[in-house]
Parts: sequence; structure tokens; C-alpha cells
Amino acid sequence: MTDTVVQQSPTRRGRRPVWEENPTAIGQGFKAVLLGLLVLSVLFPLWVILVTSLSSRETIAEAGGLVVVPKGIDTSAYATIFAGGAVTRALWVSTLVTVIGTAVALTVTVLAAYGLSQPRSLGYRWLLAYFLLPFLIYPPLVPRYLVVTGLGLKDTIWALILPPAISVFNLVVVRGFFQGIPQELLDSARIDGASDFRTLARIVLPLSRAVIAVVGLFYAVSYWNVWFDALLFMDRNDMYPIQRVLQSYLLAGQAPHTSGGTTGVTMPPTESIKMAVVVLTVAPIVAVYPFIQRHFVKGVLIGAVKG
Amino acid sequence: MTTRNTTVAAGSDRTRPDASTTPVPAPRRRTGRRLSLRARLRRDWQLLAMVAPGFVILLVFSYVPILGNVIAFQDYNPYLGDNPLQAFVNSNWIGFGQFQLLFEDPAFWDAFRNTLAITAFQLVFFFPLPIVLAIMLHNLLSSRLRGFIQTVVYLPHFFSWVLVVSFFVAMLGGAGLLAQTMREAGMQPWNIMTNPDTFIILVTAEAVWKDIGWGTIVFLAALSTIDQNLYEAAAADGAGRWRRLWHITLPGLRPVIVLLLILRLGDALSVGFEQFLLQRDAVGRQASEVLDTFVYHFSIATGNYGYGAAAGLFKAAIGLCLILAANRVAHMLGERGIYSRS
Repeated sequence: MTDTVVQQSPTRRGRRPVWEENPTAIGQGFKAVLLGLLVLSVLFPLWVILVTSLSSRETIAEAGGLVVVPKGIDTSAYATIFAGGAVTRALWVSTLVTVIGTAVALTVTVLAAYGLSQPRSLGYRWLLAYFLLPFLIYPPLVPRYLVVTGLGLKDTIWALILPPAISVFNLVVVRGFFQGIPQELLDSARIDGASDFRTLARIVLPLSRAVIAVVGLFYAVSYWNVWFDALLFMDRNDMYPIQRVLQSYLLAGQAPHTSGGTTGVTMPPTESIKMAVVVLTVAPIVAVYPFIQRHFVKGVLIGAVKG
Repeated sequence: MTTRNTTVAAGSDRTRPDASTTPVPAPRRRTGRRLSLRARLRRDWQLLAMVAPGFVILLVFSYVPILGNVIAFQDYNPYLGDNPLQAFVNSNWIGFGQFQLLFEDPAFWDAFRNTLAITAFQLVFFFPLPIVLAIMLHNLLSSRLRGFIQTVVYLPHFFSWVLVVSFFVAMLGGAGLLAQTMREAGMQPWNIMTNPDTFIILVTAEAVWKDIGWGTIVFLAALSTIDQNLYEAAAADGAGRWRRLWHITLPGLRPVIVLLLILRLGDALSVGFEQFLLQRDAVGRQASEVLDTFVYHFSIATGNYGYGAAAGLFKAAIGLCLILAANRVAHMLGERGIYSRS
């Protein structure tokens, strides 16, 4: 299939074309309400959760639960969380999984994508089919569980990192980008005596920063979001990633417990701690998102069209 | 394996004495047929080395599990050995026994029914929404406003299901904002998050919230490829906005819509896994059990591995048939489908 990655049509930008009729007031109003509601449905919960996590016990009691209008800032929920305990540990585990996992996955994916980008290399067709086939057949749950436990990866971060370390979708995106690099560039490197590894490191990678950023974001987000694999492979609760803790706090109705020391200190309300955990789970995603956002549309399209 | 040599054959550039005088650089990978395997290995070993880590990971975590599906034909007992491999070797082969049990299990058919019902429901109430949103966004004149809306609505795609469900619980749950407001107003709060009867609406709403923005990306790209002159010509001929939408915009989107529809149909037996597993306790098994959660609950959660593997294999087999059939239909309709021989 051809990749038709096209920019937004310039004709829609700015002015309405002369031949187009003026919009009706009802139509415009309807559209504005619809789009406004959609945007609000994302921003409003984020706001409420953030505000509640920063509210004092009194404000929360007054509001009867969640707080919409902030009254002062109280960071005691975060102080409690970072004093140590389940959440701090889980954040640490998740950070470790995300950083190491993204590095491993990017390395594996970029290497494989380059290795599969030269159509005349040895075994090219077989290898390509080998790498693309898992796209059609999901690894089945039960045997996958047995393989990971059989390798003794249970209760280690590698159980979360290794199995998803190469996603066919991301491989296709990176490979598609590599194939778009002019062959002359690679040829000239070759003539100058550069090995494949050197060509990849010195010529291809510097040209591919954008696509690597996008794919890196995809991997990082999926590692940060890992929940079910942790349910499968993490029996020890000191190895829980943050999503697992979030689930037990918010969905399983388990009372949040942080560091044991309750020596007369008034604990902040659990509502603000719960919401603070949500904020801490969302924060890394919201933080990296704007930097990558302008690139990912392109990445998605290459993947979607070629996949 | 055939590779075609379209360029003028030139030697390995470094050894050829006339390489420096040749004005056209030699093609990098030349035809393989005339080179011996050893020469090709010597030339390509670095590429093969690059592929190796991914090869091993797929082998261990995809291909071995796919082959491992054969425990569906066993009475697999994890205690028959020190590790899964030993247990596998020592377990009895029982043929289609697990499948027989499976097909007689009403819980399995409940899960099957739920899955199909949710797929059908989402096909009607979820699938068209990103198309509508994409058309609305595309027609916005202000590119800054459009950029802002896109930034906001793409965001939930990156949230985990735990987060999405947490958001819904915080807003609509029994102790959530809506219930809190209703109680203050002296009303009886609605039971949204735990009502099995409306569960199908709830999961669809969650899926829409998470992915409506993300779903527009492909459609926006398709919209931008539609020739603007068509609109102008149609307008000159007196076609109003709705007729232009029907006769130009929608036909322009047709290939993408068909492609995504096929992908969705091919995946009809997967409706999301974590989303359902997370809410299973809240609404009960009757409404929330889908095939994927069935596999989990009747294998790993209970230790009955062979049974779960049988359910998983059954689902995978049907899924593969569905996707091949859907692709076939697409080719018959003259669309490109998921894969085509390039």
C-alpha cells in the first residue's frame, strides 16, 4: 500500500471559500456546544481531580467529596505520599520499568527496523514475514503466562519489559521511515567504507529523531500504563507498578495506607490522597505529551496505512 | 525467493579497481542469485545481527506461546514438573476434551454473547463518531482552535484503562461528583458504574471518551486528500452543504471507512480486555464477562490452564477466519483491504 501522508489542506485554513454558503446560526451553535462539551469532558475531570488532590481536609468535608472550586492549596496529600510507602515504591518501580523498557524496546525496534529495511539482503522476505506475522496472531494468554513464569521472570521488572519490547506496529513505523531515506546517502556511506552499524548510527539515526521520539513515546506510555501484566506476573506487592496501586486505591475500594507511622499526626483525608495518586499517574503523560504531539500524527498515519 | 535486479550490476565497490572512476555509485545490495550464500552472509551479517534481538524476543514471547497453544489438547497440570516445560511433557494428551467441556459451558456462551453484543453495539454507537468529529474539525476555519481541540481530545488515548475507569468512578461513581451533586440537591443518585443493565452503554461511553479523538487522525488525513475543486464545482452546480457531504466527503472517506470497518469486524471477538476485567467486580460476571476475561478467569485465575488455553485457541481461530474473510470481502468490493500484494 502506498503511504499518502498529506498535510492538512491549505484551502481550509483561514478564510471561508467564496462559493461556500454562510453557516446558519443553529448549525454553528450546535457545533460549538458539541465541541465544547467534548473538550470539557476531558479538561473538567482533570481539573476536579487536581483541585481535590490539593485541597485541605476542611475544604473536602465542606464540598462533600470532590472539590470543584479551589480554596487555598494544601500539599499535605503529596507530602504523605512521598514520605514513603506503597505509592512511592510503585512510582519507583514504574519509572524503572518505563525508562529501562523504553531504552530496550527502542534499541530492539530500531535495530530490527534497519535490519529489515534493505530489500536485497539475505533472507529478507522470510525475516519480514516472521516479524509481521505476530500482528495477525496475538500471543495467547495462557501459554504466554507459562513461558514468562517458566523463564523465572516472575516478580522481576523483566516480566513487564521483555515481552512487549518489540511492537510490530512501531517496527512498521520506524522501518517505513528508514525506507524513505534516500538510498544515495546510504550508498555514499558504504563507499566510504562505513559498516552497517556505523551507517545506522551516523547517518540514519540523526535523520530519524522525530520518528524515534514518537515511537519512544508510544513505548514509554505503554510501559507506564502496564497493569494487567503486573497482575499476572507480580505477586509481591513491593513490585507493583503505579497502575496496580491506583487500581487497588480507586477501584478495589481499598483504603489507602501509606507509611505506617500514625503517631498522633492527623492524616490528610483519603480523598485527596486518592486524587493525588491519580494526578501522579497522569502527570508524566501530560508532561511529555505536548513535545511529541506534533509528530505523532505522521507516525500514526504511516503505521495505519502500511499496517 | 526471487529478487529482481533493476540496476546495472556493479561489483562490490571497494574491491573493484574502477569503482572510483565509475560516475554512478554502485547499488548497495546487488542481486543475490549470483552470490554464494557465504558471500551474502559476509556482506549481510551485520544486518542479520541487528535483526537478532527482535527475532529472539518474538520467538520466545510470541512464537513459543503460539505453539504452546497445544496445551489446549492436554490435561495440563502445572504440578507435574518443576517448570512449565516439564509439566507440559508430563501432562496427558486428551484430544478435544477441553473443547467439549467448553462448548457445554453456559458461562462460555454468556461470554461469547456479551462479546458479540458489545461489538455490535459499538459498531453502531462508537464507530461513526470519529468520522463525525473529523468532519466537524476539518470544517473549522480557525486552525488554532482546531489544534487546541485536537490536542485536548487526543490526550485520553494515552491514559491507561485503570486511569480511564478511575476518572469515570470519580465523576459518575457512587461517591463521585455527580452522585455528590445529586445528593446535595436532595435526589437519589443514579447507579451508573455498578448497574449491569446499562453496562454496555457505560463501556461504550468510556471507549468513546478514550479514543474518539485518536480515531479522527486517519479520517482527517483522508479528508485533506479530497480535491477542493470538487466542492467548488458542486457548489456552483447548486449542491448544498448536505449534498456535498453526501456526494463528495463521504465517498472520499469510503476507502478508509471500509478498511477500518474490516479491521473492526476481523477483531469482533476482542472488545477490550483490561476495561472489562477492571469493572467485572463492580457489575458482576453476567454483564461484563467477555471472551478475553473468560480465558483469564477460567485459566490463570483458577489454575485450569488447559481449559483457558482451549477457550483462547477457539477465539484466536475464529478471529483469524474473521479477519481473512473480512479482507476477502474488501477485495471483492474493490477496496484495498488490510494487506495486498504489493
